[in-house]
Amino acid sequence: MIGKFSLIPPSASTIAPQVDALFWFISAVTAFFSLLIAGLIVVFMVRYRRRRDDEVPQHEEHGSYALEIAWTIIPFAITMVMFFWGASIYASIKRPPDDALHINVVGKQWMWKAQHMEGKREINEIHVPVGRPVRLSIASEDVIHSFYVPAFRIKQDAVPGRINQAWFEATKPGEYHLFCAEYCGTIHSGMIGKIIVMEPAAFQQWLAGATPGAPVVPVAELGRQQFEQRGCVTCHSGKPGALAPALAGVFGSPVPLADGSTVTADESYLRESILNPHAKLVAGFGPIMPVYQGLLSEENVMQIIAYVKSLAAAGGGGHS
Amino acid sequence: MSAAPIPHAEPAGRAGDRPTNYLNADYGVWSWLLTVDHKRIGVLYLISITVFFLIGAAYAGMVRLELLTPRGDVFGDDTYNKLFTMHGISMVFFFLIPSIPATLGNFLVPLMVGARDLAFPKINLLSWYIFMTGGLLALGAMFVGGVDTGWTFYTPFSTAYATTNVIPAAVGIFIAGFSSILTGLNFIVTIHTMRAPGLTWFRMPLFLWAHYATSLIMILGTPVIAVTILLVGMERMFGLGFFDPRLGGDPVLFQHLFWFYSHPAVYIMILPAQGVVSELVCAFSRKRVFGYAFICASSLLIAALGFLVWGHHMFTTGQSVYAGMIFSFLSMFVAIPSAVKMFNWTATLYQGSISWSAPMLFALGFMGLFTLGGLTGLFLATLGTDVHLHDTYFVVAHFHYVMVGGAVMAYLGGLHYWWPKISGRMYPETPAKISAALVFLGFNLTFFPQFVLGYMGMPRRYHVYVDEFQVLNVLSTAGATILGVGYILPLFYLIWSFRYGERAPANPWGASGLEWQTPSPPPTENFVRTPIVTRDAYDYHHLELSPAPKEAALG
Amino acid sequence: MAEALAAAHASDAHDLHVAHQFDDAEQQWGASTLGMWVFLAQEVLFFGGIFAVYIIYRTLFPDAFAEASNHLDVTLGTFNTAVLIGSSLTMALAVHASQVGHRGPLVAWILLTMLLGSVFLGVKVYEYAHKWEQNLVPGPWFQWHGEFPQQAQIFYSLYFGMTGLHALHMIIGLGIMTWLVLAARAGRFGPNYHNPVEITGLYWHFVDIVWIFLFPLLYLIGRHGHP
Repeated sequence: MIGKFSLIPPSASTIAPQVDALFWFISAVTAFFSLLIAGLIVVFMVRYRRRRDDEVPQHEEHGSYALEIAWTIIPFAITMVMFFWGASIYASIKRPPDDALHINVVGKQWMWKAQHMEGKREINEIHVPVGRPVRLSIASEDVIHSFYVPAFRIKQDAVPGRINQAWFEATKPGEYHLFCAEYCGTIHSGMIGKIIVMEPAAFQQWLAGATPGAPVVPVAELGRQQFEQRGCVTCHSGKPGALAPALAGVFGSPVPLADGSTVTADESYLRESILNPHAKLVAGFGPIMPVYQGLLSEENVMQIIAYVKSLAAAGGGGHS
Repeated sequence: MSAAPIPHAEPAGRAGDRPTNYLNADYGVWSWLLTVDHKRIGVLYLISITVFFLIGAAYAGMVRLELLTPRGDVFGDDTYNKLFTMHGISMVFFFLIPSIPATLGNFLVPLMVGARDLAFPKINLLSWYIFMTGGLLALGAMFVGGVDTGWTFYTPFSTAYATTNVIPAAVGIFIAGFSSILTGLNFIVTIHTMRAPGLTWFRMPLFLWAHYATSLIMILGTPVIAVTILLVGMERMFGLGFFDPRLGGDPVLFQHLFWFYSHPAVYIMILPAQGVVSELVCAFSRKRVFGYAFICASSLLIAALGFLVWGHHMFTTGQSVYAGMIFSFLSMFVAIPSAVKMFNWTATLYQGSISWSAPMLFALGFMGLFTLGGLTGLFLATLGTDVHLHDTYFVVAHFHYVMVGGAVMAYLGGLHYWWPKISGRMYPETPAKISAALVFLGFNLTFFPQFVLGYMGMPRRYHVYVDEFQVLNVLSTAGATILGVGYILPLFYLIWSFRYGERAPANPWGASGLEWQTPSPPPTENFVRTPIVTRDAYDYHHLELSPAPKEAALG
Repeated sequence: MAEALAAAHASDAHDLHVAHQFDDAEQQWGASTLGMWVFLAQEVLFFGGIFAVYIIYRTLFPDAFAEASNHLDVTLGTFNTAVLIGSSLTMALAVHASQVGHRGPLVAWILLTMLLGSVFLGVKVYEYAHKWEQNLVPGPWFQWHGEFPQQAQIFYSLYFGMTGLHALHMIIGLGIMTWLVLAARAGRFGPNYHNPVEITGLYWHFVDIVWIFLFPLLYLIGRHGHP
């Protein structure tokens, strides 16, 4: 919890106890070997303290294959346990569940901007429901930042030029620190905020509540507005004979490229195709799409992506 | 067998009856600035890196002062960002990387191989001038406006957003890199081609093996950061797009190139330190090292494996899960050889004759602190925990434990151990022991709390922080004060000893090694006749602890 | 002082070319040769870093790189390649001449090597100037009229970076050869002592090999099958 002093941060996500368990294991190993070596040093120092200036020990043993093998194999085995345990937690951290609530996050010098899919925006705060997986698409407007919530034990860099994914499932309502964890200039240490975890009902209420000022427009609708204003709809009309590929159902589907390879249309691919369209030309279409690099903010791009995702395939069954 | 030599009590300052040695062979500033004697060059480096250490320590002091309170009371944001950046640059590039190789290495490698000098004495001098040029340029950048990118210069901040003296600082580092390369080249060729008759590879002291492995890293790794800095400079000056996504580039590519050198660089810092520790543990246990061949193999393995693990600095960048797993797996491997060395050193102590002299206290302090520091690296190599700990104070604590608790303690231990050889004088033992104790205690108080701060979630490079982090920060600053005193003491008593210390005999410690078979300080040509080696290293059973050789033997 | 030391090492007294730190000429030869190989190993990593950047971006932007590469003059590049390979030949002949002690040919071959090296650099100056006229020098003044302007600028940044570094190494090589030819003229090299010529040869061959990689990677992208 914010403000409360404790030697370890609150454990407020599903992954946090797992990370903590591994942490304690490695701590135990560290403590054991540190105390072992320190202890032996002290014991030997005292027990074998030099008594005369010209003393030379009589003991001749200066090697042992058995010992060398033992103290190579055993540490190696222990590190392998750490590796596999850590890798499995990492695999969980990197794979958001399919049914996660999606929130767009953009870092910029020196604030965090978030937007829920229903359209509600937040700055330096993100409200989320407890007990439900939440997936964040994280982008940067300028330099590298890093989205870090100690209480959830998650961290993901916001790298300009790509969209990185992170996810968590909060387990306890409360307010938790959000820090930028990649040095990004003058107010790096001021680029902090909070994650506000609420009971599901309270969260729904908050989400539906009015924001003073601008009306709340869902992100996909904002994306549709961009799609029209920027001229995308002209070529991506979805009609037969259109100059650009139809986009209904494209998200999550395989896309054949002009060079013969196939890619899956995920968020990164969609982002690249908007900002740098000729990098991965779709098979059967010419390089006529204008380059939108520099013309769209990261938020605009994420809104357009949300719109494209909302376009279900003609035969039904779009992807969430 | 005679008693171990007790230093002769000779009156100080009577030049007339002192034999010619490298210190008094010639006088005047130019005899130093144009010397090609590796020993004098080692002393030149000693003075230079001490200056850089003091500058880096001053920056550290200012950082710790600011961190006493959660708010920014002492400095503004931009100034604070410059302070930690310049602390890192001074310490990493201008103190840690040269420290042991350029001072102790330059001084001792020829002595230990039984040669008159390194293979390329003029290149050795050139290397010092290159170091000074790079260092002065970087210092200039630091004092006139400063740099605030962090010593890691991540893009696109450093190439397209920072408004400080990035290019002069980067060029200074670039230039100093060539100093490192030339030193490594000199050591490799010297060790390969100039060993005395009978000195086979497996009879070499471990200090030489350590410097050999270090030199391999220096020559293979440093050029990559040189070219990386070149690209950063070009990008910043001409607005190019290698690392700028707005111009088609990839900011993470910079991280790959940067860490490809900077990870092996940490082994450049620690391998020589481990070499020093091997020497100290043997000399002050008066025993042959346990597992000599395994320590040699470990040094070479660390050098090789060190090049394969750079990605463990990048687990949160958004790279593929599989890349992360490969780097984590390989990082586990690189930990094992250091563990093997630690066990071997401990076994060397068993049933030895353990002296509690100051150099040994530093070496034993190294063993404890490097064990803890190295093990905390495992938290960071392990993917699941690194996500939480990356870019927090846990990382800061880890690398200070290994670099300061490790490398700097070893450096101080080596400096004390070979001080009689370098200066011809003994340092005063009691102040030295006090210094070792203060450094050990101050160090732990400064950096152990930072492990806790890291797990609590305090990020690195934070000028201001949330209130719950304050208590541990205050402890850390208190420790830093004690540590500072521990570091300042040797500055005073070592300089004092140059004039007033007891004169040292050739072998004040009763240690094995060719460097102890020649007077303290050595004559310019090191040995009157090329020594012939017939025994293994650390052969204490056959070592005759005779009194200091008569000075007349020189003639 | 040097004489006194030389006298003390009686067996080497006649070998005035042996520096004081070495025991004999053979050790000196071994050390300097190994030193040059170690230096070249370091150079491989130096160029290797920028080659790695090239490989990555070429893999990411194959079409852009091919189009940008087509604006380089293949004829001049080929000519330069031949010139540089020729200079490696003349350098090898110089080394041979030093080994058999033929001073005249030694001096001539070194001069010829320097001449060919200078021709190479002259052509590069011409190429760079031409690129400047075409607005293909990276920076605020870069103009690209085809597709993928950003990627084209990356290509040209790499072109100038890689060939520039290479040219710098050649200039340094020419500087070393200036010293070498003067020493050769003064008769310092012969069958007993010609190591500086050999290691200069090693360095020059390395510079040549780097170019042999640079030329196809920069000039010949996508040219197979083109008329």
